[in-house]
Amino acid sequence: MIMPLHPGAEAIQNKGWLLAHKWLLARRFSQLAILILFMIGPGLGIWLVKGNLSSNLVLDTLPLTDPYVLLQSIFAGHTPETTAMIGAAIVLGFYLLVSGRVYCSWVCPVNMVTDLAHWLRERFNIKSASTISNNSRYWLLAITLLLAFTTGNVAWEMVNPVSMMHRGLIFGIGMAWTILLGVFLFDLLVSRRAWCSHLCPVGAFYSLLGTHSPLRIRADAREQCNDCMDCFLVCPEQQVIRPALKGADKGIGPVVTSANCTNCGRCIDVCSKDVFHFGLRFNNKPVHNKNIHNHTDHSTGAEVL
Amino acid sequence: MIQQQSPSSQPPASASRRRFLLSSARTAGGAALMGLSIGLYSRQSISLPAEALRPPGALAEKDFLGACIRCGLCVRNCPFDTLSLAELGEPVTTGTPYFIARDVPCEMCDDIPCVKACPTGALNHSLENIDDARMGLAVLLDEETCLNFQGLRCDVCYRICPAIEKAITLEHVANVRTGKHALFIPTVHSDHCTGCGKCERGCVLEEAAIKVLPLNLAKGELGHHYRWGWKEKEKAGRSLVSPDIKHEYNLPEGQHYDYEGEGLIFDDNTSNGAPFSSDPLKTLNQGMKEAP
Repeated sequence: MIMPLHPGAEAIQNKGWLLAHKWLLARRFSQLAILILFMIGPGLGIWLVKGNLSSNLVLDTLPLTDPYVLLQSIFAGHTPETTAMIGAAIVLGFYLLVSGRVYCSWVCPVNMVTDLAHWLRERFNIKSASTISNNSRYWLLAITLLLAFTTGNVAWEMVNPVSMMHRGLIFGIGMAWTILLGVFLFDLLVSRRAWCSHLCPVGAFYSLLGTHSPLRIRADAREQCNDCMDCFLVCPEQQVIRPALKGADKGIGPVVTSANCTNCGRCIDVCSKDVFHFGLRFNNKPVHNKNIHNHTDHSTGAEVL
Repeated sequence: MIQQQSPSSQPPASASRRRFLLSSARTAGGAALMGLSIGLYSRQSISLPAEALRPPGALAEKDFLGACIRCGLCVRNCPFDTLSLAELGEPVTTGTPYFIARDVPCEMCDDIPCVKACPTGALNHSLENIDDARMGLAVLLDEETCLNFQGLRCDVCYRICPAIEKAITLEHVANVRTGKHALFIPTVHSDHCTGCGKCERGCVLEEAAIKVLPLNLAKGELGHHYRWGWKEKEKAGRSLVSPDIKHEYNLPEGQHYDYEGEGLIFDDNTSNGAPFSSDPLKTLNQGMKEAP
């Protein structure tokens, strides 16, 4: 078995660099474009969007509000005006459709920080024994709402790295960079993908939103999997792949149904066998066929089929 | 009991349950600790220094912090760049809007764009007339440096006030230093002052003598059982304490007192005008004449 130099090397060979980074590039484009849309207002005086991710106004007409921040405000005892409610409903509807954690991988600016930390961690082969349960985020989500309830203040927003970073880049960052540096170093040195995939309550909230969302990653061509592990290595939420990819003999369908999947599409990029694609969650029946998962030489994988 | 348990199934089950309980406890403990520290931090760092004012229509500070989602739309809609969002490290609760009157006061726009922009109502949308805003209350803090208190006619705070003659009036008081002039004392009236801060901005001193303070610092509050006697009397149309007795002086014959303004009046035309004769002997002998 030939170990690839880094995950995705074989996909680059087979598909070319551009196609093997298609979704990563699209994601970076989306993240940066959203940030730039917000920043050209104060920067250049072009006001396409006003405000920040907590709440904003697009083209002076469309209100958008982060439902999680608004929920904290409601827990703090406030009854919001209709503008915020409408804004939150629009955002809720959008993420219910496209899966909540699209927010994490396509919108959230902190993703670029933690992706960089992860990339460096892999690059310098930093290992650390510390493990954090990836359910911690749900505890933290509950705690943030409890905090709002007990303090009457949207207390989490005083330290939330997500809103801090976005607001900071648009309105002035102050000392908030220290919190981002903390997240970066934590992800780099303490634990793999610690913030986004284990702790962040914003991600936990959007995970819950996406529990039943139709847009999903599908491993329809899972018979072609050659066990190269590339998808697993690049996946920010490794636990979500296995059932869909390897669950055929257990009667599990090919759809990545876990709400923790961020729909980042990186698994599609790095798979040299084109196992994954974006699709809908419906029609998730295990295709009855022979399970082929014992070949070690992946170049022959297609012939075995 | 233990022996009866099937050795193949029971020990792993209890071990995995133990592992599950342990890891749950660890996670819950960690989350609780984090929650506690954020909670304590947020309690400590909830702050609004006296010189920082909230935009018009802001709810009471405690409610405001629960209602404001730190989006900055009020800041963006302020046409005069009065407002800014607090950054981490500044003495105002992070992400919330404020302004410093001495730097840029509120211009009191008629259409109140900052309030309209607020999506949550942390700036109360029921504020429709900017004159009803109460961002704070101007207080003339330093009589020792205020030029008007020295008898000069600075009057800048009075002139610059958008509610001139209502929120700030000039009250005339005798100038004891010169003995012949008046002091024009700038006097703030809380029923009209919006706390816009133009007076503080305009004050010509190095450090403003008049400053806008948060209402809770600036305003006293009467004991709830206090009543102003004269107002109650006016309301009731009569004295509420005891029946009004007509006040009378026991004056010598030929004199009476008009307490509406005239003062002591001599009915006797001879001593017209002055209460006492210019001749002290005559005064001393008053009332003695008839005796013999």
